[in-house]
Amino acid sequence: MIQDLVVYLAYMGYAIGFMLGIATLFTWVERKQSAIMADRIGANRCYIRIPFTNVKLVAWGLFHGIADGAKMLLKENFTPLTYDRFCFNLAPFLAAAPVLLVFSVIPFGGTLTPGQLLPQLHDFFGDRSYAMQVASLDAGILVVLSFSGIGILGTMLAGWSSNNKFSMLGAARAASQMISYEVSMGLALISLVVTYGTLDLNTMVQWQSGLLFGALPAWGIFTQPLAFILFLTAAIAENKRVPFDLPECESELVAGYFTEYSAMKMGLFMLSEFIEIVVVSALLVTMFLGGYNLPYLTDSGFIFPAGATWALPHLAVVLLQVGTFLVKVVLAGCFQILIRWSLPRFRYDQLMNFGWKFLMPLAALNLVVTACVRWWTI
Amino acid sequence: MKKDYWNKPEMGLWERLYIFEVVRGLCITGGVFFGNMWKWLTFRKGALTAYYPEEIRSDYSPNNRGRHVLTRRENGEVQCVSCNMCATVCPAYAIEILSTANFDDHFHPKAPERFEIDYSRCIFCGFCVEACPEDAIRMVKEVPDFPTYDRNNLWATQDLLMNWRPTCNPAKIYPAAQKALEEVHP
Repeated sequence: MIQDLVVYLAYMGYAIGFMLGIATLFTWVERKQSAIMADRIGANRCYIRIPFTNVKLVAWGLFHGIADGAKMLLKENFTPLTYDRFCFNLAPFLAAAPVLLVFSVIPFGGTLTPGQLLPQLHDFFGDRSYAMQVASLDAGILVVLSFSGIGILGTMLAGWSSNNKFSMLGAARAASQMISYEVSMGLALISLVVTYGTLDLNTMVQWQSGLLFGALPAWGIFTQPLAFILFLTAAIAENKRVPFDLPECESELVAGYFTEYSAMKMGLFMLSEFIEIVVVSALLVTMFLGGYNLPYLTDSGFIFPAGATWALPHLAVVLLQVGTFLVKVVLAGCFQILIRWSLPRFRYDQLMNFGWKFLMPLAALNLVVTACVRWWTI
Repeated sequence: MKKDYWNKPEMGLWERLYIFEVVRGLCITGGVFFGNMWKWLTFRKGALTAYYPEEIRSDYSPNNRGRHVLTRRENGEVQCVSCNMCATVCPAYAIEILSTANFDDHFHPKAPERFEIDYSRCIFCGFCVEACPEDAIRMVKEVPDFPTYDRNNLWATQDLLMNWRPTCNPAKIYPAAQKALEEVHP
């Protein structure tokens, strides 16, 4: 159908714009937030001069992202004499593409009925309604996990094909770390699946739109608090950020697995890291923080526990849900950046001990307890 | 129990559980963040950093040796008699003086035609001020505007030394320096 095509093209555009835009925003947030946390000012020297005037738009340094991108694109693309050119060139794409794909299964809004948005659209769209999600897959979580598994390949290939000892060490660390932490991440997610009884992310979000004890929103963070902490930890480790940034710790390994990369290939690694922040935030929001749900907001408007209601038109509801998701993702990303600039890096044996002896048993315990509770309450 | 290494930290159970200490650390950094953010939102500076060329630091000593100025007589002529003592004593060879003669003025027959200081060499030792017999060169508290894209802008000309004005804008070259630049690169 032409209508389906229009809607899904719009969704795809929104998804790509969402990820790239917020990832670019996070490069700025990371600089500014860390600066403010450390009593500094932060990047503020980039400006756009309005043509023919002497007015300089500084905008709190927001243009540094553009300057970075331009610099990366214009720099010399230096290629070392590696023995494996193919893998060397393939690795950045293999690192960046799966991260972009993960977002396709994440619902960024409730149900959209385009015909009810504006009266002019009704003739074209009729009464069709679409879930606001690029791909409504039944096995959403599995897709997320498998794509994040492909991300490891890019890292390993980059380190292996660079023909450099630092890269090699970084890639070895990355491989063992990401595989170790994927175990506890998977276990944390399984307990979540047991709670919600579904693998579909959209159904999960709908499950979270209910209320606990009549007033508290039934978000995953309230029903599965331990799984939230476990997933957050494992996700930061998957993302290779401080305190788990051993694959690229600059004080030991120069830049780890992407030491030999320059120009936009290195930029792709950096960009994929920032997109990964967005994706991890989106996953956290979807599975633990209620997704696009604002407390007490339903598809017809607000219904408060005291009995008061406030009906809203469809357009307002859709905008509220999309905006809620956006704000939640940005806040979750800011929280990740707060963690990144607060904690010191693990030593490698501490990292492995933490992953295997602390996180995994806790995740397994959480799963057992969840399963027992589920067994008794079903 | 013997420690594995001499400064192995002694941690209680609470600290070894890690998660609570992590939360405490996040509260500290988050507190600093929100404190500074509140200062920014109420139009104060939430940072210890000084904006370098724009902002004049308040913590310069009152006898800080900053930029050089050439003093003037009452009639507006430069006080300097071009004795070359400052240029001789200068350990960095930063001062260059080209003299001119004016025999009508019996008290000051010699005067500088060009008096220039190369700030890319000056080490701000203040010897020129001490050597000067006429109190013609002094150093004031403020520092000159150094940031520039061309080292030729670091030559302070006589005109500039007699008429120092803080320009506060490194992108805008002081006119005298601009003129000197055009003489070097016509």
